[in-house]
Amino acid sequence: MDRKLVKQRSDYKWLLERSGKMRVDGIIYASEALIAEMDNKVAEQIRNVASLPGIVAASFAMPDAHWGYGFCIGGVGAFDPGQDGIISAGGVGFDIACGVRTLHTGLKIQDIGHRKADIADKLFRRIPAGVGSTGKLKLTPQKLDEVLTGGAAWAVEQGFGVPRDLRFIESGGRMRGADPAYVSKEAKKRQEEEMGTLGSGNHYLEVQQVVEIYDEPVAKAFGIELGDIKISIHCGSRGLGHQIGTDYLKQMTLAAKSAGLELPERELACAPLDSQVGKSYLAAMRSGINCALANRQILTHLVREAMAEILPKADIQLLYDVSHNTCQEEQHSIDGKKKKVFVHRKGATRAFGPGSPDLPEEYRTTGQPVLIGGTMGTASYILVGGPQSESLSLGSSCHGAGRQMSRTAATKQWHGKDVARKLEQQGILIRSASLRGLAEEAPGAYKDVSEVVEVSHAAGLATKVAKLVPLICVKG
Amino acid sequence: MWEHFHHLADIGVRGAAPTIEEAFEDAAFALMAVICDPGKVEPKTAVEIRCDAPEPDILLADWLNALIYEMDVRKMLFSKFRVRIDGDTLSGVAWGEKADPARHQTAVEVKAATYMELKVVKNTDGQWIAQCVVDV
Repeated sequence: MDRKLVKQRSDYKWLLERSGKMRVDGIIYASEALIAEMDNKVAEQIRNVASLPGIVAASFAMPDAHWGYGFCIGGVGAFDPGQDGIISAGGVGFDIACGVRTLHTGLKIQDIGHRKADIADKLFRRIPAGVGSTGKLKLTPQKLDEVLTGGAAWAVEQGFGVPRDLRFIESGGRMRGADPAYVSKEAKKRQEEEMGTLGSGNHYLEVQQVVEIYDEPVAKAFGIELGDIKISIHCGSRGLGHQIGTDYLKQMTLAAKSAGLELPERELACAPLDSQVGKSYLAAMRSGINCALANRQILTHLVREAMAEILPKADIQLLYDVSHNTCQEEQHSIDGKKKKVFVHRKGATRAFGPGSPDLPEEYRTTGQPVLIGGTMGTASYILVGGPQSESLSLGSSCHGAGRQMSRTAATKQWHGKDVARKLEQQGILIRSASLRGLAEEAPGAYKDVSEVVEVSHAAGLATKVAKLVPLICVKG
Repeated sequence: MWEHFHHLADIGVRGAAPTIEEAFEDAAFALMAVICDPGKVEPKTAVEIRCDAPEPDILLADWLNALIYEMDVRKMLFSKFRVRIDGDTLSGVAWGEKADPARHQTAVEVKAATYMELKVVKNTDGQWIAQCVVDV
C-alpha cells in the first residue's frame, strides 16, 4: 500500500482520514511490513465502506486485510439502524458464517503416534470433502427449514452431539431471527445433500498438536496444555449460504439502483436495515448462519464416531466455535453511548474481552477464544479477546493467513503430489480428494500467519494463548 | 477464446469472441476450467438454463451462477455450452456428465460468480469481452 494513503498513529495503527464521501475514518491495524504488502485496493475498499449510510465508529481493517468483494477481506463495519444504517450481502460474503471450530480430544501426542495413519485414513473416509461430495443426511424441505431456524441446537436434538456442545458455540449454537421463508428454493435445493460436508478450497479438518503456550492461566481456562491433541474444522454454510449470497447480491444491487442509493462498487450492494430487502436478507443470512453451525456440529459428530473406532479413550469436547463471515446485532459503546448496531465481519473474528455476557461462564473472566487457522504446513493459533478489543475494533481480530499467490500461479509452481510428500517429510499427513487442489493450497501460496497473529497480539485486538501445528490435514 | 485473469484471493474468468453469446459460452468454459479439466468432461447430458436480468453484465453473472447451481444440485460438470440472448433474457444449454473427481481432476468448488471485475463490453476491435471474478 502506498504509504501516502495512510497516517501512522502508533506502531500498529494506521489512519485513513475522513475525506470526500467518507462518514467516518478508516483504521487499519498492521505492522509496517504488513502495510507494505497490502494492495492499494484495500484502502479504497475501507474508504468505500466508510461512505455507507449509518456507519459508526470507523471502517476497520484487520492485520490480514486483503482485496475482497466490496468490503476488504479482514474488514469490519458497524451500522446503526437509528441512523438509516444498512446491511450488506458483500459485507458478509458468499460463505455465510464460514468459521473455525476447535475440539479437545483428551489425547496427548504419545496417544496417537502409532495410529496417525489410521486416524488420517479414517477421518478422510468419514468426512465428505471435495467437489460434488454429499453427506449421508438427505433433508426434506421441511427438515431443512428446521435446520435453518435451529442451527447446531437442531443437530444436537437429532443426536449429532450433546447439549453441552452448544455452550461453546457463538450464539449458543442457534442464531435467533432466522426465517427460512426468505431463503430461495434454489438455496434450499443446493443444501439437500450437503449437510455434514467440508467443502473444498481453503476448508479443512486438521488434527493438531499444541506446541507452545503463551498465556498459562488463560490456556488452563480454555483447557489447553502442552502436547494436547486438538482437532480443528474450517468450513461454512455450503451451497445454501453461497446461494443466499448470490440471490441477495442481485436483489440489493437492483434495489439500490431504484432507490437511488449510490454504490461506490457493485459488490458493496446493500440495503437499509429497515427496508424490506434489508429485513429479508437479515432473516435469510441468519438462516445461513444456522446452516453453518449445524454443518460444523454434524462434522463434529462424524469426528467423534471416527475417533471412537480408532482410539476409544478419545473424549471429543468443544473448545469453541466462531464464525468469521457474519453480520451480528451487538451492543457497543459508540461515542460514549451504548448502542445496538449491526457489525459486519468479513474475514474477521469476533474477539470479545472479559465480562461479555455473550460468552459461556467458563470464558467470561478470560475473554473469548479467537481461533486463527493456518495452512497445511504452518501453525494455527488460539488467541483470547482482550479488554481493549471493544474500543479498538468493536471486539474484532484477524481470521487467518490470506493468500499471497493466485491459484493459477500456485499450480504453475507446485504439483499436488510433491506438496503432499514434502508435508509428509515434515510429519504432516495429508489426505485430499484432489491433487490439483493441494497444489492450489500449497503452504507457500499463503502469507505467514505468524506475522498476522503477532500484530493482532501487539495491537491488543486479541492476545496469544497457544500455538498448534498440524499432524493430519483432510482437504477437499 | 477463454482465459483466467489474475486476482489474488480468487480467480477471474473471461470469454472473448465475435458475438456476445459466444463470449458468454467461452466465459462458462473458463469457469469450468477453474473447477476441473473440462477437456475430460464428456458432453453427454444437456441441461437447459434460462435467466433474466436488466443489464448484460448482471445477465453474465446470472448465467454463470445458474451453471454453478446446476453443477451443485445435479453433481455434474459441463464442457459445452450454447447461449441465445434476446433482450433481457438468456436461453442456454450446458452439456456435461456426472462429476468424477478422479477422472475430471476436480480442484475446487466455485461458490459464486461475483460482481467484482464484472464486465460485458464490445471492444474497439469488435470483440465481445465477458468476464468476472469467481469466489472459490
